[in-house]
Amino acid sequence: MVNPEPLGWRRIPEGALILEPGNAVQYLTGGWRTFRPVLDRERCTDCLICWIFCPDSAIQVKGGRLLGFDLEHCKGCGICAAVCPPSARAIAMVEESAFQDRAEP
Amino acid sequence: MTQTVALTGNTAVALAMQQIEPDVVAAYPITPSTEIMQSFATYIANGEVDSELVLAESEHSALSACVGAAAAGGRVMTATSSQGLALMWEVLYIAAGLRLPIVISVANRALSAPLNIHGDHSDMMGARDSGCIQLYAETAQEAYDNTLQAVRIAEHPEVRLPVLSGMDGFIISHSIERMVVEDREAVRGFVGPYVPHHPLLDLAHPVSYGPLALPDTYMEHRRQLVEAMRRAERVIEAVGTEFGARFGRTYGLTEAYRLEDAEFGLIALSSAAGTCRVAADELRARGMRVGVLRPRVLRPFPHARLRDALGHLRAIAVLDRADSPGGFGAPVFTEVRSALYGLPSPPLVIGRVFGLGGRDLLVEHVTEVAEALEKALETGEPPEPVDYLAVRE
Repeated sequence: MVNPEPLGWRRIPEGALILEPGNAVQYLTGGWRTFRPVLDRERCTDCLICWIFCPDSAIQVKGGRLLGFDLEHCKGCGICAAVCPPSARAIAMVEESAFQDRAEP
Repeated sequence: MTQTVALTGNTAVALAMQQIEPDVVAAYPITPSTEIMQSFATYIANGEVDSELVLAESEHSALSACVGAAAAGGRVMTATSSQGLALMWEVLYIAAGLRLPIVISVANRALSAPLNIHGDHSDMMGARDSGCIQLYAETAQEAYDNTLQAVRIAEHPEVRLPVLSGMDGFIISHSIERMVVEDREAVRGFVGPYVPHHPLLDLAHPVSYGPLALPDTYMEHRRQLVEAMRRAERVIEAVGTEFGARFGRTYGLTEAYRLEDAEFGLIALSSAAGTCRVAADELRARGMRVGVLRPRVLRPFPHARLRDALGHLRAIAVLDRADSPGGFGAPVFTEVRSALYGLPSPPLVIGRVFGLGGRDLLVEHVTEVAEALEKALETGEPPEPVDYLAVRE
């Protein structure tokens, strides 16, 4: 999970403009994460409130069903866990160091 | 039709703006540049200009409106002075970083405190490192001519940077001068239509302005801006040459006076250069070979041109109408001395701060400095490297 070498000053877009819409997906921010969201699939009701609130569009959903998290872009802010309804509590934030595949900054 | 008229520096700049007819002008009035916007607003009220005039609640807002309008794809101008330019400060960096070709006319004035409204370069010196091109006009004629050229320089595809176009507050902004103004159609022909680069209003080609650039990209963007500033040197010369071919008044990066056979040099920006030329003539009449160099452009700083023009001199006095408290000399002095350092036998260079807060520079002040240089060479005792002119002890 490492970003490609960015462009040098001779080729970087003038004025720091973003010329290509939607290219944030090319910029990996998973390495910023200190806490990783972990889903308890059995408790999840697929209410998708986390999907609405996630500022990084990192909640992966298919057919109305929450699948998990895009860990290449999730910054570990914990908003998903915070907005998960108390009756469900399906998302836990776990320190990144607990994982073998932890993201390199 | 070309006309010879009597105008103040301010009304000359306002006329240039009327002839350019930018899409958007956003401004907030401040002495001594108020008359620019007052005159321009009159042109709009009289239906002579179709520009959109935004009367902002502060200079910060005025330049912010200019940034938005320029990013949208408009040709944009504003005018300010002193505290007003200081309030624009953070937005200047944004305008430059976004590479928006905004032309900002500045009637140069001292900064408070103590409160002072008179001619002084401290305002534009404070914006020296913002990434904006800096032109300093000697006369109302040049302030008019620079305004027209500033549009071409700012918008040039090799440049795309804001231009601060300065003239001395009151000394030029408020003095009525006999000058030539060009025909509006000829001006429009010189300035040409504006072709914006990635305008936000081009809905078929959406772009984003102003994203975050982290440590992995910020430096590349700043380095790229520096390159645009370097290319601006050639563009400023080319535009000044083309202006001369069209209108008969040619401009370069610097203006030299009697330097070829000179032993001593005087360097000053803006209106003080005229005083220096009179002093040079008086000193030459006494047998001292003195010449004058007026940098017309401070950013980009024409260092190579200065080395060529000044390298043969024995001693130079740089006169600054601004100071850098606690620094080793004022801005133009440090830059000139740095440019000459490394020559096989560089001239002696001293710096003198003069005219802060609009204090007059007299011919005798200049001759006094030149004579101090002469004495230093005769006696071998170097004069004070950095000092002040005409300040009471």
